[in-house]
Amino acid sequence: MSGLPKLAVYKFASCDGCQLTLLDCEDELLAVAAKVEIGYFLEATSGVRGGPYDVALVEGSITTPHDAERIREVRRQARYLVTIGACATAGGIQALRNWADSDEFMRAVYARPDYIQTLATSTAIADHVPVDFELRGCPIDRHQLLEVLGALLNGRQPRTPRHSVCLDCKRRGTVCTLVAQGTVCLGPITQSGCGAICPTYDRGCYGCFGPCGQPNVVSLSDEFQRRGVPAETLVRSLRTFNGNAPEFRSEGQRLSAIARKEK
Amino acid sequence: MSERTVRIEAFSRVEGEGGLHLTIRQGQLHEVRLEIFEPPRLFEAFLRGRKAEEVPDIVARICGICPVAYQMSSVHALEAALGIEISPEVRRLRRLLYCGEWIESHALHMHLLNAPDFLGFESGLKMAEFHRAEVERGLRLKKHGNQLLEALGGRAIHPVNVALGGFHRLPRREELAALIPDFEWGVQAACDVVRWVAGFEFPDFDGNYEFVSLVHPDEYPFNEGAIASSDVMTSVDNWTERFEEFQVPHSTALHALQLGHDRPYLVGPLARLHFNRERLLPAARRLADEIGLEHPCHNPFKAIVARGLELVQAYEEALETLRQYRPTGAARATASGGPGVGSAATEAPRGLLWHRYEVEPDGTVRRATIVPPTSQNQAQIEYDLKSYLSSLADSSDETLAGKAENLVRTYDPCISCSTHQMRVKIDRD
Repeated sequence: MSGLPKLAVYKFASCDGCQLTLLDCEDELLAVAAKVEIGYFLEATSGVRGGPYDVALVEGSITTPHDAERIREVRRQARYLVTIGACATAGGIQALRNWADSDEFMRAVYARPDYIQTLATSTAIADHVPVDFELRGCPIDRHQLLEVLGALLNGRQPRTPRHSVCLDCKRRGTVCTLVAQGTVCLGPITQSGCGAICPTYDRGCYGCFGPCGQPNVVSLSDEFQRRGVPAETLVRSLRTFNGNAPEFRSEGQRLSAIARKEK
Repeated sequence: MSERTVRIEAFSRVEGEGGLHLTIRQGQLHEVRLEIFEPPRLFEAFLRGRKAEEVPDIVARICGICPVAYQMSSVHALEAALGIEISPEVRRLRRLLYCGEWIESHALHMHLLNAPDFLGFESGLKMAEFHRAEVERGLRLKKHGNQLLEALGGRAIHPVNVALGGFHRLPRREELAALIPDFEWGVQAACDVVRWVAGFEFPDFDGNYEFVSLVHPDEYPFNEGAIASSDVMTSVDNWTERFEEFQVPHSTALHALQLGHDRPYLVGPLARLHFNRERLLPAARRLADEIGLEHPCHNPFKAIVARGLELVQAYEEALETLRQYRPTGAARATASGGPGVGSAATEAPRGLLWHRYEVEPDGTVRRATIVPPTSQNQAQIEYDLKSYLSSLADSSDETLAGKAENLVRTYDPCISCSTHQMRVKIDRD
């Protein structure tokens, strides 16, 4: 109707933080809103205009049978589907259930688990439907979000760098916390995007942007083990917000077998 | 014709996803069900076995709108469990961090989520076409909140600088001082926002509330205090002696009630203002009198005004701290090991947030209990909807649904938080 590209924003199992990032683009929000027709974005507007949509931003992971169906309909309505954040691209923190007895988890939380339908796993959107672009981060970075929206509005493929956080620390001139203090830091295997914040706050990177391009995960954990870090600690640091991303998942499995032996 | 139902499949302009089911029988409103179908994420289950120091980063992910609230309740509860004493400087900086979150969250809710209801727009973005200056001012205020969170916490959503015992690193003086000019402007701008929203037309409704909020003898409450309700003060350690959580079939978020009361209770800005109006800082307090906000105020639609006064309060306190800040002492008190048990309550933007942790001798979490504000408000929201809509039962479905949604938004419900999920004690059918 308006001739503007139509945007939809969807939520699955998540904290809302990644779609909030769009509203956190305070300086650009009104300008972006003028360039698109918002078809579906419940957090921001009561106005709902039916699909199909040119761009769908999808936040959250798939954890219920209903959502496993719903994502198929979202895909059918979307010309270009972008997952936003660690939940949608890797299953999020709630994927910790993937390595546990999920029935026991439900019983631990609910007196009447039978009232609630849930799946035994939390999985990425790409495990269910084809995804056109994945935006990383827990939460996503607003500059990267604007890059993606800008690219799509101008008809080009979005680009986000795949290098590790280490490069960003060097650029910022941050002293390496791993080398100087021996801190457990996932920077060498974690994708850039946050701006390498944690080392500037005197702590190791905790991997919230997930694995970088070609991460040498085994080599890093071998080095930490040589320095005396227990395998159990390393399992915990890999199994947070992106624990179910393939490279972190397989190393988590390998290390947890070692941790069992150490015990 | 004797029975009809009105459904709102999914609320808009709230955080997280929920709906509403109204049943009208013989022209009378028979049942109101606030349906929360956010998928459970089971935080209390997977926190077990994690190290205490990992908890603040993990619980932040319960809510992208109020991660600081989760970080604050968790660090205070774990510090109580492990006998860690924080320094006065850390305490003040934690309040400053909380100011950033209140500013961001309140400015967001007031301008983009709630004000469009009073002025008749589908969104804050549409509202901006007619009220550009007000929306731009609101976005600028919201941005200041985020800038404060970034300077002190590293980033606005899921800050990285909160640690057990304090912070990973104290900010440098110039990192905080750079914000002073914006915050000087912000105190005045926030006052103008309050004058603006105080002029809205408010539906006539009296919730006759049982309010529950933290109360501290010297300050407007953030991180510390006793839990006040109409007839009693309860220590945060005794929450479970006073309150109880229970599960209902139509919600993945647990409800809560106050023991010995047959009515629900309300947490949030109206409750905080009810118990703490005289502890507002001077500009906020003067403004409350200037606009003539009644005290006590039992009209939920006026929560936007209370939220505005808290916006001024947060700017005032933040400005004072920014001006006085000189980094001294250690960034954090060192953590000792377990075992221990501790609880804490802090005031999230939308109300009281209670955490309790049991910690093993090896410093891992044995048990975690988290009671978010929106779960506590669910029963009150249903109760209010029932009385507010009862005289409107003859109206069209569209009118009923519209009025219902307007009322629900006034509580600033955060449905993502409420369904993180919680441990259950009893069940009532």
